[in-house]
Amino acid sequence: MADEPLVLGIETSCDETGVGIVRGTTLLADAIASSVDEHARFGGVVPEVASRAHLEAMVPTIDRALKEAGVSARDLDGIAVTAGPGLAGALLVGVSAAKAYAYALGKPLYGVNHLASHICVDQLEHGALPEPTMALLVSGGHSSLLMSTDITSDVRPLGATIDDAAGEAFDKIARVLDLGFPGGPVIDRYAREGDPRAIAFPRGLTGPRDAPYDFSFSGLKTAVARWIEAKRAAGEEVPVRDVAASFQEAVVDVLTRKAVRACKDEGVGHLMIGGGVAANSRLRALAQQRCEAAGIQLRVPRPKLCTDNGAMVAALGAEMVARNRAASSWDLSADSSLPVTDTHVPGHGHDHVHEVSKENLYS
Amino acid sequence: MLLLALDTATPAVTVALHDGSDVIASASQVDARRHGELLLPAVDRVLAEAGIGLDAVTAVVVGIGPGPYTGLRVGLMTADTFGLALGVPVHGVCTLDGLAYASDIAEGPFVVATDARRKEVYWARYADSRTRLTDPAVDRPADIADQVAGLPAVGAGALLYPDTFPEAREPEHVSAAALAGLAAERLAAGEELPAPRPLYLRRPDAQVPKNYKVVTPK
Ligand SMILES: [Zn+2]
Repeated sequence: MADEPLVLGIETSCDETGVGIVRGTTLLADAIASSVDEHARFGGVVPEVASRAHLEAMVPTIDRALKEAGVSARDLDGIAVTAGPGLAGALLVGVSAAKAYAYALGKPLYGVNHLASHICVDQLEHGALPEPTMALLVSGGHSSLLMSTDITSDVRPLGATIDDAAGEAFDKIARVLDLGFPGGPVIDRYAREGDPRAIAFPRGLTGPRDAPYDFSFSGLKTAVARWIEAKRAAGEEVPVRDVAASFQEAVVDVLTRKAVRACKDEGVGHLMIGGGVAANSRLRALAQQRCEAAGIQLRVPRPKLCTDNGAMVAALGAEMVARNRAASSWDLSADSSLPVTDTHVPGHGHDHVHEVSKENLYS
Repeated sequence: MLLLALDTATPAVTVALHDGSDVIASASQVDARRHGELLLPAVDRVLAEAGIGLDAVTAVVVGIGPGPYTGLRVGLMTADTFGLALGVPVHGVCTLDGLAYASDIAEGPFVVATDARRKEVYWARYADSRTRLTDPAVDRPADIADQVAGLPAVGAGALLYPDTFPEAREPEHVSAAALAGLAAERLAAGEELPAPRPLYLRRPDAQVPKNYKVVTPK
């Protein structure tokens, strides 16, 4: 529909320079430049390397997104950008670009929350988000259970990891197994040929008195490393496929069990899963199986929309426009620890944004 | 010609509009921690003061450093994106050159030094206010004492280390007005200005994680 808001979104919270364009809940472009290869030899994302790459990639990626979408920048209804949480220096590059772009084009600017964007992206795949929606966000940076009744204004944290993020555990075990970085895809691959029941690794925080929706992957990580070391110390070969499968099973078992329980406890009929770990094939399969058994509708976007991208930011920006949320001010700052409850960063006096822009461009 | 110049390579957030012969409006604030927040409102104020819309600008001029990375990128990213949105060229100017141009030292040689933090300075030698003799470099003041001995010096890096730069003087910070003036001169003379790419002069701090920690108790 032509009267739905046309929004460009910019994402630079970690190592992906993402620029997406959406019209309402329709995806028009999803351009990505990744610096992941530059980080591989360090075994993790190096913030300064990521920030430098964002600066170089930004303008070409915006250009690519506009071409892909076949729209003119003049026709945009707004510019959205990840204001946080994320790596401070990396966020600042995206926020600077978004502000300059919005200002020069005379469009409103929306600084939005990275986690809320991960949830909202599912609108591009499965249509309007049901309200309420339960969301399980799992990546190298976050592991959270969130509930939202309105993605532009109300996201409530039910639980989160108390130590490592789920994706981090994948990276660490991959490193112990000498499988390289990032660990998620390679563990997934090996696990497909292994036996998930071969080794009984611990399920963190699943005791009767543990916090029902919080996660812990540090103990699991230690247990897996210890098991591998024992094998090596005994001079035995490490069954990489079985270790990968059993480790992965321990992670996704806890994630899906807690997510489904949260849905039941809160009476929520829809579960969405997002973040890089949502690309894991076993997580998708087990979630499907358990949701079906519990009568819950599962929504998982395609893998490319689960990892960090600009389309998710545009999706939330479009929703901000559609629901008349206040735009951000020109002094919008990047906030590396933006609370998940701050779905966006409204300006002090949001009329300012429109007023100034109009004067500058059309007077 | 209507140039919009900006620089965030030093603690100063500085913006100016220049019509090819004069500065029309300018604004500078010194706050090393808030480049991201301050730059766009400063651009807005400068344009409003001049009563000119951003779309009248014919080229963007940006200080390319050297400077501490996080702040430096704010100006470069903003300039790059203005260039994209407006369809105008974006020119780089070495931030040290801007300081040299703003100095009132009639006779060279002299030195420009800015604060590189970590007890180092970004610096270069100049024959006069328009002629740089050396590539910008980053060094500990004590290590370059021989090379700058007896020379007047400008910039916060010189004022910060009087042992190395006993003849340090103003200006302390770069101004976009000077940057624009220098760029206007060079463009009018048909000179090519550098691309708007950052002068980091340092490799990124990157710790290669050691082999994973052994967790089995000995
Ligand atoms: Zn993310």
